[in-house]
Amino acid sequence: MSLLETRSLSAFYGDFQALFGINVSIEQGETVAIIGANGAGKTTFLRSVAGMLPTKPEMVIFDGKPIGQLTPHDIVRLGIAMVPEGRRLFPSLTVEENLLLGGHSERPGPWSLKRVYELFPRLRDLRHLPAPALSGGQQQMAAVGRALMANPRLLLCDELSLGLAPVVIRDIYQCLDAIIAEGTTVVLVEQDINRALDASTRFYCFQEGHLALTAPTKDFNRAAITAAYFGL
Amino acid sequence: MEADRVERGTRASRAFAVIAAPVLVALVTLPWWWGDPGWMRLIAEMAYYLALAQLWNLLAGYAGLVSVGQQAYVGLGGYALFYLTGPANVNLYLALLLAGPFAGLIAIPVSFAVFRLRGAYFAIGTWVVSEVFALLASLILVLGAGSGLSLTVPILRQISSDRDVRDAVLYLMSLAVAALVFAIVYLLLRSRHGLALTAIRDSEPASASLGVNTFRTKFIVYLVTAACTGLIGALIFLQKLRISPEAGFSINDWTVVVIFMVVIGGIGTLEGPFVGMLIYIMLRELLADYGTIYLILMGAIAIAVMLKAPFGIWGWVVQRYNVQLFPVGRRLVLTASKASER
Amino acid sequence: MNWLNILVQGGLLGGFYALFAIGLSMSFGIMRLVNIAHGDLIVLSAYVALIVTESTGLDPFLSTIVVVPVMFALGYALQRGLLNQTLSGGLLPPLLVTFGISIIIQNGLLQIFGAYDHRLKEGAIETASLQLPGGLAIGAYPILVFAVAVFAIASMQLLFYRTRLGRAFRAVSDDADTAELMGIDNRKLFAMALGIAMVFTALAGILFGIRTIFAPSAGPIRLILAFEAVIIGGLGSLWGTLIGGVVLGIAQTIGAALDPNWQILAGHLAFLAILVARPSGLFPRTRD
Repeated sequence: MSLLETRSLSAFYGDFQALFGINVSIEQGETVAIIGANGAGKTTFLRSVAGMLPTKPEMVIFDGKPIGQLTPHDIVRLGIAMVPEGRRLFPSLTVEENLLLGGHSERPGPWSLKRVYELFPRLRDLRHLPAPALSGGQQQMAAVGRALMANPRLLLCDELSLGLAPVVIRDIYQCLDAIIAEGTTVVLVEQDINRALDASTRFYCFQEGHLALTAPTKDFNRAAITAAYFGL
Repeated sequence: MEADRVERGTRASRAFAVIAAPVLVALVTLPWWWGDPGWMRLIAEMAYYLALAQLWNLLAGYAGLVSVGQQAYVGLGGYALFYLTGPANVNLYLALLLAGPFAGLIAIPVSFAVFRLRGAYFAIGTWVVSEVFALLASLILVLGAGSGLSLTVPILRQISSDRDVRDAVLYLMSLAVAALVFAIVYLLLRSRHGLALTAIRDSEPASASLGVNTFRTKFIVYLVTAACTGLIGALIFLQKLRISPEAGFSINDWTVVVIFMVVIGGIGTLEGPFVGMLIYIMLRELLADYGTIYLILMGAIAIAVMLKAPFGIWGWVVQRYNVQLFPVGRRLVLTASKASER
Repeated sequence: MNWLNILVQGGLLGGFYALFAIGLSMSFGIMRLVNIAHGDLIVLSAYVALIVTESTGLDPFLSTIVVVPVMFALGYALQRGLLNQTLSGGLLPPLLVTFGISIIIQNGLLQIFGAYDHRLKEGAIETASLQLPGGLAIGAYPILVFAVAVFAIASMQLLFYRTRLGRAFRAVSDDADTAELMGIDNRKLFAMALGIAMVFTALAGILFGIRTIFAPSAGPIRLILAFEAVIIGGLGSLWGTLIGGVVLGIAQTIGAALDPNWQILAGHLAFLAILVARPSGLFPRTRD
């Protein structure tokens, strides 16, 4: 049984349809990349899974149960956490308070404040600073740490590399290995195709709200991706 | 061949005009065929409330200026009339003509202060300004301080020495002012400013970037509304014969129930205030024996409408039956041949 | 004019206004709710205390043990049942719905209690005063009220910065959507926030009812005074609200020293002056 499955997932912003019947299936322990051009529906997909956009119950199945009708706060409790695009740390909270807030659902699991600080030692030194005082990379670490505090079975990462220097991106993706080693299933949404394909075992390529291509990353074919990516 | 054309009228609006015309004629001629003073007073009150509701709707529903301080101009207009006709010994009709402009004049400095505020701040700011006027009125001796002023019989004789004639004149003036306010609001919405207003309501930054002078348009609306509200205030208290700071600047009487009417009827439509006013008057008259139960009901209905049908009763009707009685927009009418090509 | 006296009396009066304002400040800070019914809820608390004292013979101070839970429950229910539905649609829905609640409370009280003035009687402390050197006399009751205000704000501070609930309040105030993603049920949290705001409203109502006579129509002016204190201090700043109350109290006391009739007017004028000069108040905190 898949950990996460979407069945004909459609999503709308008002009258505008952003996703058209997406069927995705993600196994326990996989790291899956979702790639695609701007406006392909990648972020919409994550938001739908996380409960931020209204969907029909059976459109999103998590651990065999329909969750499409649930609110984001219910979905976190089931074990899906999200690192939102643009990090979205709480500006009036300190770094440590942001992390603690990530654990608001009090789901049991391997991650704790201590473990997050072990993963991102720099955050321990900065823990009493307000979140906006951090650099972009440090904020991204805090955002990942905050999501881990929910002890997710499925971690959704939206544009981890956005606006960060290459060396910082490399650090963050290295930490991702430790997270994956913990048994966490990860979905990466990235515009940086190479980065996403390196880190993942399988990928989906979205194009204008439709699923254009899926394949294991080990035998990916750059020409096929380019074709799917740009709709050529 | 018939050309495509741009129209404002709708079939419903033309049908409505056919029904409304005799009703209007009946209302205007009412003093001659049925001069019951009680009914005339009630209809006059309906006319004032309708006018106040149209004005608040223009302010909040179109210009996005959610003021809860319009009672300031009702009170200012009333006090202007009482001061001018009493202590200043000005002719009653001249005083009535001056009451509106006076309120508009006061609105200029007020707008400089409150226009710096946004949203909820604006709302409460306008309220505090009105409280300031009420307190000032209660301190000024020539305005009767806390107890207020009364209109004396000699002043009323300027209208007529015959009581029936006076009642009829006051009644006709109320209809006239309601018609005037309606015409002003209607023409303003059909003018260039009307388009600008709708644009501002939908998105102020976007319309500003398209070159709509949002400040000027809002400023004009605020002044026009204040002046009209002042005139209505003068007429309301001419009928009541007494004014006090509490009665003149009452937020509940002149703003809260008016807001309820607009919201219940349908904010942002010209028809909504009619519907809301009728509901208010009906509730009040039907429940007259039960104290202020009608106000509790008005509040409850307003809450229910806001939560369940935010565009009000009229908005629901429009959605359901697509009718518009006072069209302010323009519609493209395609001729039959072209329409069938599509 | 005795300036020291004015500063002291005005400052103590400010404690009262700050106490009026805490609930309003909190609901604006957390859910951006401008609660027009706030003043009427203060008055309603005084009436609830009146019922409790008259039916049980309890002392008004002790009536707190009944009034506070009742008002907490009312606040929780109001937010859960009505106000949560108004938060996504712009300025008008919350404004109008709280206007509706305000009218319902005012006229409901009028139907039940009539337009008469009532008062909670606490006895000696109402008139007791401390004589200070220099001919300064300070009422014991204003000191008590000021102390309650300081205590209330200090406990809010603790709640916000030392507890899990307070952390969640601050997060929701920052970014409600992301807070949901962290597992916070915003609707429940908002209900909790209005419940807690009403605890302070209940305290304000009881202390108000002991100090002055009250009638069903007494609410709107309390709302305006509370709003003025909040805005002068700067939205979202707790200690700013106390300072806002003190500034308002001193302005009123100066006005009253010139002419007793000018007290409220002087406060309004000071408020408008500050609003025009510094629209975001003296100590702005909240970003919008």
